Amino acid sequence: MERSGYYGQFGGAFIPEILVATLEQLQAVFGQIKKDPTFWKAYQSLMSTYSCRPTPLTYSENLTRHFKGPHFYIKREDLNHTGAHKLNNVMGQGLVVQRMGKTRVVAETGAGQHGVATATMAAKFGFECTIYMGEVDVVRQRPNVFWMEQLGATVVTVKDGSRILKDAINEALRDWATNMDSTHYVLGTACGPHPYPEMVSYFQSIIGSEARDQILGKVGRLPNRVYACVGGGSNALGIFQGFLGDSEVELVGVEAGGEGLKSGKHASRLVSQDGSIGVAQGYKTYFLQNDDGQMLETHSVAAGLDYIGVSPILSAYHEQGRIRFEAATNDEVLEATRLTMKKEGIIPALESAHALAGVFRESSQMSTDDVVLINLSGRGDKDIFTIADALGDESWKRFIVNRAEAYSA
Amino acid sequence: MLEDHIRQKAKERGILLMAHVVVGYPDLEESFELVKAIVSAGVDVMELQIPFSEPIADGPVILKANQSALAAGVKVEDCFKFANRVTEAFDIPFLFMTYYNIVFKRGEERFFAEAKAAGIRGTIVPDVPPEEGESYYAAALAHGIDPIFILSPTSTQDRLAYLAGFGHGFFYCVARKGITGAKTTFSAELDEFLSRCRNVTQLPLALGFGVGRKEDVDFLNGKVEIAVVGSQALRILNTDGVEAVGNFFRGLR
Repeated sequence: MERSGYYGQFGGAFIPEILVATLEQLQAVFGQIKKDPTFWKAYQSLMSTYSCRPTPLTYSENLTRHFKGPHFYIKREDLNHTGAHKLNNVMGQGLVVQRMGKTRVVAETGAGQHGVATATMAAKFGFECTIYMGEVDVVRQRPNVFWMEQLGATVVTVKDGSRILKDAINEALRDWATNMDSTHYVLGTACGPHPYPEMVSYFQSIIGSEARDQILGKVGRLPNRVYACVGGGSNALGIFQGFLGDSEVELVGVEAGGEGLKSGKHASRLVSQDGSIGVAQGYKTYFLQNDDGQMLETHSVAAGLDYIGVSPILSAYHEQGRIRFEAATNDEVLEATRLTMKKEGIIPALESAHALAGVFRESSQMSTDDVVLINLSGRGDKDIFTIADALGDESWKRFIVNRAEAYSA
Repeated sequence: MLEDHIRQKAKERGILLMAHVVVGYPDLEESFELVKAIVSAGVDVMELQIPFSEPIADGPVILKANQSALAAGVKVEDCFKFANRVTEAFDIPFLFMTYYNIVFKRGEERFFAEAKAAGIRGTIVPDVPPEEGESYYAAALAHGIDPIFILSPTSTQDRLAYLAGFGHGFFYCVARKGITGAKTTFSAELDEFLSRCRNVTQLPLALGFGVGRKEDVDFLNGKVEIAVVGSQALRILNTDGVEAVGNFFRGLR
């Protein structure tokens, strides 16, 4: 038995013995799928009929004019069914679950996007579904809890640890370690033990392969830069995979800078000084942890980026220097959100707005002939409470107060 | 050697008891009192858990104790000092139980050198399978500490045989799927798993996960050398205090 699933020094499968056989089964089935040309066709067909793949590439003329900078092209993952790139991974794993003959799925969720996507997939495929969500995230993303429950999922509020995404992952792993005979763990990002980083990236690569064809078709050449936000890293790996082989294309991942990289309140594993190499949640990568190896509290206005670890595949590209990493603060992100709504009529998810904030900050360094591709990983409707709070919208507050009064009457 | 010690003791006592203590829960002084009470109750081996923020193999009872110890400010350094104190005070083998990141961040060499100096005899680290643990394993052996590996009922016979090749001290067999602290059915199925384990190794076997009653220990007597009791003792600590834990262990065998 060999070590497998390594990207440079990162990755691996650091898991309790009880799960080894289950992960071996998953590796075997995923291995078959990769070799089976009919599988990808079936996957694409499902995504073009159940979701709306290929998602469009939008030329953002007004932002381009506003910044007097490079040409902005936005890959519209927000137009996926359920509103984010998460569905790409989830539907792929749904097909894997069918092949394995399992009948139940569990998943973790931070922002709720992955939870909603998993609950949606479970409804469509007829699987039982349990979603683990940290108590802090349940409070800030309540509308998604409502939808998950309406879709038939059981949502379990996780009250241990820091009560956010990492704690939801721990609980999902515990459930899986108990119920693996019937249950598959639909991990939502390119993290965790092998083969998850590879498998999730594989399904998300549909973003990059479409985007590459689309930009070549529209512009006739490759973009100068590609930007994506980075939480666990699945949307970033999704789009970057279309361009990794093109050394002239600069790839930029934008982490959650929270209240600033020196504030101690952020979720930047690769850019800040607070990240170091460690092993947790089944894999080796950069984690936000202290000198003892205890994980730190993380913070971001975007629940989906509020996570201690980052894909081992991204850590490897970080070390190689193939992908450049930056961080955007909460304030920059809100400003980018506001600007994108006003200028383009697009409501970005707060997660995705990190990519926009990263581009806007750097646009003045670029030439007006440059072409920039931005992955808009999800739409922002779910963030209505957070965005309305941040913008201090008085009429929204009155609406909430009135509604609360009506309910308590 | 830990293995010989266990064999010798098991001959004398039939079945041995291994207890589990989260270092620094509820605090370091109380942990020491707890160790003292458990040793006085005749327990033969003890796991000292160095708390970790992401203990994925542990159920809610031990998880909360980990978090509470960390919230109270327990550092890894404190756990080494604690180990030193208890190994000097009490004449039973003590093991460290923790997760791999704690070992990794301290540096494997340093971790095992310090563990040896603190009188630790073995380590149980559930998230480092042998494939990932080459340097961990080598560092442990280089310092004369037994890296204890885990056998699980989900492992194939080939896998069990592979794991058996890494055995030192004893094997920790988990009674069922899942995490610590949940209920286990002590049944013929468990017998079958234990005989699968015996087929691959001559080393003593410990059985843990869900062992919490005298009936459980009686069931295991003659089948394994060590019964491991973790969460149930912690539950009693939480509700009835240190003395009650001592009485609980006295009543198990």
